[in-house]
Amino acid sequence: MSATLRSLLEMPVRTQAARSFEFVEGWGMSAGGAARVLRPANLEELRALLARARSQRSPLALRGTGCSYGDASLPVGAEVLDLSRMNRLLDFDKTRGRASCEPGVTVEALWRAILPEGWWPRVVPGTMFPTLGGAAAMNIHGKNNFEVGTIGDAILEFDLLLANGELRTASREQESDLFHAAIGGFGMLGVFTRLVLETKKVHSGDVEVRAVRARDLAFALEYLEEQRERCDYLVAWIDAFARGRALGRGLIHEARYLEPGEDSRAQETLQLAHQDLPAAVMGVPKSEAWRALRLLNNDAGMRALNAFKYHSSALEVWRGPYRQAHAAFAFLLDYVPNWKFAYGREGRRGLIQYQAFAPRAAAHELYREILERSQRAGIVPYLGVLKRHRPDPFLLTHALDGYSLALDFKVAPETRAQLWKHCEALSERVIDAGGRFYFAKDSTLTPAQAQRMFPADKLARFRALKRELDPENVFQTGLSRRLFGDFRER
Amino acid sequence: MNASTSTNPPARRAIVVGASSGIGAALVRQLAREGWKVAALARRQSELEALGKQTGALVRVHDAQDFDAVPALFEELVKELGGLELVVYAAAVMHRIGRDEYDTRKDLEQVAVNLGGCIAWGNAAALYFKSQRAGTIVGISSIAGERGRKGSPVYGTTKAAMNTYLEALRNRLAESNVHVCTIKPGFVDTAMTAGMGKLLWVVSADEAARQILVAARTRANERFVPRRWWFVATAIRSIPSFLFRHLNV
Repeated sequence: MSATLRSLLEMPVRTQAARSFEFVEGWGMSAGGAARVLRPANLEELRALLARARSQRSPLALRGTGCSYGDASLPVGAEVLDLSRMNRLLDFDKTRGRASCEPGVTVEALWRAILPEGWWPRVVPGTMFPTLGGAAAMNIHGKNNFEVGTIGDAILEFDLLLANGELRTASREQESDLFHAAIGGFGMLGVFTRLVLETKKVHSGDVEVRAVRARDLAFALEYLEEQRERCDYLVAWIDAFARGRALGRGLIHEARYLEPGEDSRAQETLQLAHQDLPAAVMGVPKSEAWRALRLLNNDAGMRALNAFKYHSSALEVWRGPYRQAHAAFAFLLDYVPNWKFAYGREGRRGLIQYQAFAPRAAAHELYREILERSQRAGIVPYLGVLKRHRPDPFLLTHALDGYSLALDFKVAPETRAQLWKHCEALSERVIDAGGRFYFAKDSTLTPAQAQRMFPADKLARFRALKRELDPENVFQTGLSRRLFGDFRER
Repeated sequence: MNASTSTNPPARRAIVVGASSGIGAALVRQLAREGWKVAALARRQSELEALGKQTGALVRVHDAQDFDAVPALFEELVKELGGLELVVYAAAVMHRIGRDEYDTRKDLEQVAVNLGGCIAWGNAAALYFKSQRAGTIVGISSIAGERGRKGSPVYGTTKAAMNTYLEALRNRLAESNVHVCTIKPGFVDTAMTAGMGKLLWVVSADEAARQILVAARTRANERFVPRRWWFVATAIRSIPSFLFRHLNV
């Protein structure tokens, strides 16, 4: 038989993990490059890829759906290990609300599977697209961080595949050191292959939401402080263009879960049909709505949009408390698909998010300085979000007893260097004040700043674990290289 | 990995599959003249090397039927070119098929080269272009795909299938800012049409290449080359089947 016929007739016999050559970038589009993407579908394929990487001394960058804004899932070498195909929900215990998941299960897949049973993930970020493996590695948080902690606090147990192919199971009781280091360990110690999460019993598909206007930064910070006993979720949007006495003005959204019996239509609201985000934004089909935002994506347009949002919020405030589906309240970032394209789809344009965590006492001074300096420098963030946090027991955690202010800065080739310098200078002030940063968002920290940000003993323990569990330094990312170089040093 | 700054003029890099002669070779020559960095692929080494010498194009011997080699080759070429903006699939064979000939082997070789190779390269390019949110894929189809004619049943079939595949790719990739352009040449003065006798509206391969690049640049979806073949195609498509079977077109 000719080669032609053979290849046509015997084609689809796949014996290896899927591989392709793609442009791999951070979610904010401001960093990226071409790389080979390997997508194992199961543990055997994953083990084979790790063995190959070790024998070829080719580092691997772990990646899920690529939702980290910066370089946290970008490769330093040629290869990315994308775990999004290992996406089976292995088990869900309906009586205890425990979900056992492969790392590629997304937040979306999880809530869709469990909400009709009356459960909701304890911790979700502002978008439903991240994978749980990525969420655990970054130790993500949500609008309820002040109350329930990070996603790590909701993880009961995990399996971690080490570079040498060894599978370790860890929990708070078993291998507790590994448990607290791998969560928030930004993919440096191994590959999560199974995660067991505790979820939250809910008695309705809705939450009760209330909007409160914050006339300035002090009001927003105080409100978040005072109301945290009373609310399950708290988040403040900040108009970063407002100056003077209105500096830090914004709109706070608080929400609480409904008690049993409060929602008489609970059976209905728990169904997925009730959760769908609106299909059109002001009549524009959602998939194209980013084009409208693009027209406003400049200082004048965003100043106007932020002011409009602040002033038009009067209506929502006046309306009083209202009910909103969990998904609609939680996943604000998913309302306009690909809204990031408003920042530019081509030519290395995009955005970075700069999220500064500050201890409670220092927050007001620090955030005022950040906003004022940004305005003076003419580098005004187009979006600002303020949240309240609490400490957690993870080794390299970003969370602390205080606040975070997350700012979206536009990146363009011509302003890039200036923006990085600006953020670097701000970071000095944040770290001086005892603040921290979060790897899922970071693009601009320097090695010295990363060094200074964590308690020295904790960083030393993390380094020791890295050397022990990944002696050949298989797991590396753009971020790990940028901030820690080769972990074997020092 | 750092983002490159865009102070340089936009880089232009292309892969042309099926470049040893005809339209493919003409495309390589024209792209090279316009300053593109081109990787030229074909099965015949000597022709390819001559083209490489003439144009400075990067050349690789590749059999369009060797689907399994495509992912690694694609990766290697993108790295060597330093990026990629354009992929042209121009590889094709047209076997002369006798009036009463039904040769499965000959037929399937055309399927493998004309369609299989197009899919293998199209898929590799689609993944890359989609992820970089930019790029153009050009498929050289043919007017022969418009109707099932008596002359060369499977050649026409591969071109019709190619049209559908490229259309689907265009629709899939549109939201990622990737363009897919289907080219339907009439008669072009190449080895493929040599010895066919007197043909209608024959254009040179260089002229065809010029028109193809205009179509790709203006983001045409489907383009006849030369454009007046559109009238012929529209007329041919409108002939009812019971009449068409009696015609010798």
